[in-house]
Amino acid sequence: MSTSQSNILTTTIWNILHDIYDPEVPVLSIVDLGIVRDVVVNDEAAFILITPTYTGCPAMDVIRMNIKMALLEKGLGNVEIKTILSPAWTTDWISEKGKQQLKAFGIAPPNSTHSVCTIDAFAADEAVQCPRCLSFNTKAISRFGSTACKALYQCNDCHEPFDYFKCH
Amino acid sequence: MESILDKIQLPGSHPAAGIIHYTLHLADNALVIAHRNSEWCGHGPILEQDIALANIALDLVGQARNFYQYAAALIAENNLSSITITEDDFAYLRAADEFKNFLLTEQSNGHWGTTILRQFLFSTYQYFLYRQLQHCSNEHLAAIAQKALKEVTYHVRWSSEWVIRLGDGTAESHQKMQDALNELWPFTDELLTGGLASAANISLDDTLIKTEWTEKITSVIADATLHLPTSRQYVYGGTEGKHTPHLTAMLKDMQYLQRTYPGVEW
Repeated sequence: MSTSQSNILTTTIWNILHDIYDPEVPVLSIVDLGIVRDVVVNDEAAFILITPTYTGCPAMDVIRMNIKMALLEKGLGNVEIKTILSPAWTTDWISEKGKQQLKAFGIAPPNSTHSVCTIDAFAADEAVQCPRCLSFNTKAISRFGSTACKALYQCNDCHEPFDYFKCH
Repeated sequence: MESILDKIQLPGSHPAAGIIHYTLHLADNALVIAHRNSEWCGHGPILEQDIALANIALDLVGQARNFYQYAAALIAENNLSSITITEDDFAYLRAADEFKNFLLTEQSNGHWGTTILRQFLFSTYQYFLYRQLQHCSNEHLAAIAQKALKEVTYHVRWSSEWVIRLGDGTAESHQKMQDALNELWPFTDELLTGGLASAANISLDDTLIKTEWTEKITSVIADATLHLPTSRQYVYGGTEGKHTPHLTAMLKDMQYLQRTYPGVEW
C-alpha cells in the first residue's frame, strides 16, 4: 500500500469513528469521548486502538460491535479493533466540543481543573455546576450514578437532580 | 463435577504456572466479591446506595474479566490446552476447590453493614496492592492494576464513609458494626500473607502493604468509634482452594445456568 493510499484509509477510518456515538451518552462521539487512542495503517494490516472509560464499562462491547458494523458498511471488514488498557483513560481526554455537548444534553461535564478522588473519607467535593440553571450551589447525592462514569447530584437552587461526569 | 481445568495441562513445574495461578487468584478475588455485591442488586436499603454497590460490582467484574482474559491468553500462548479456553470457562466451569480467592471475599452478605465492612477491608487491601502492582515487571498485570486503581480509590472512600456513618451512628448500628468486625476479622490476615505473587516472579513489598493497610484500617475504625478485635485467631486456605461452605453455595447459584445448559448463550 502506498503512503497516500494508507493516508486516505486512515482519514476514512477516523471519519467513520467520528460518527459512532457512546450508547449511554448518545450525544458524544467515541472520538470526543477520548476512547479512540489511535488508528494505525501499515502494509500488513489496519487497526483501531480503543480503551475503556471504566474497567467494567458494559458499553465497550456495544461500541466495538458498532465500529465493526460501520466499517463493514464501508467495505472495511479487515480493520482490526484492539483494546488497550495503558495508559488509563482520563476525563482530560474528553474534547472541549464533547464537554459542551454533554452540558447541552443535561450532564454536567467533568470540571476543568482535574480533581481526582482520594481515599480520604468525607473530603470536600469539588463545586459542580448545575447544567440547567448554572448554579454552583449543588450537592452530591451519590458518588455512583446511572452509569459507572457518572455521579448523581442535585441542584439546591432549581432542585433538579442531574448526572455529573466525574473527573477520572 | 466437570471442570475446565481437566482440559488444561499445566504441571506445577511449567514456567508459566506461577503467573497463571497468580492471575487467576487476582481474578477470583475480584469476581467472588463482585458476585456477592451483585446479590444486593434491588435489595439495597436506599436506591442510591443500591446503585453504588451495583457499580462497584461492575468495576470488579471488569477487573476479573481482564485478568481471566490474560490467563486464557497465557494458556493459548503456551499451548497448554487442546481446546480454546475463554474467560467464561474460568468463571463458570471450575469447582470451588479450584478457586484461589481469599476467604474474606466469599463470606455471605449478612446485613448491609457486614457487606460494607467486607468491602472496606478488601478494597483497602486492593488499593495498596494495585499501587505496587501497577509498577510490576509484568506489563499486562501492571496495565490492569493501573486502570483499576482509580476505581478502587472510589470503593475505599465510599465504603470507609459508610463504616464511619454506621459505626458512629445509633447504638444499634454501632453494635451491628462491631459484631460484623468481630465476625470478619479472622479473615483479614490472609490478605496480608497471601504470597502467590512471589511464585509468579512478581516482586511486591508485602511488609509495606501490611503497614499501609493496618494504618488505614486503624484510622477509619477509630473514626467509626469501633474497636479492633484483639483476637489473633486467623483462618487461611483460600489461595490453596480450601474454602468455607459459603463459596460452594455461591457458585451453585452463579454457575447454575452453564452447568444445567452447557454452552448456553443469550
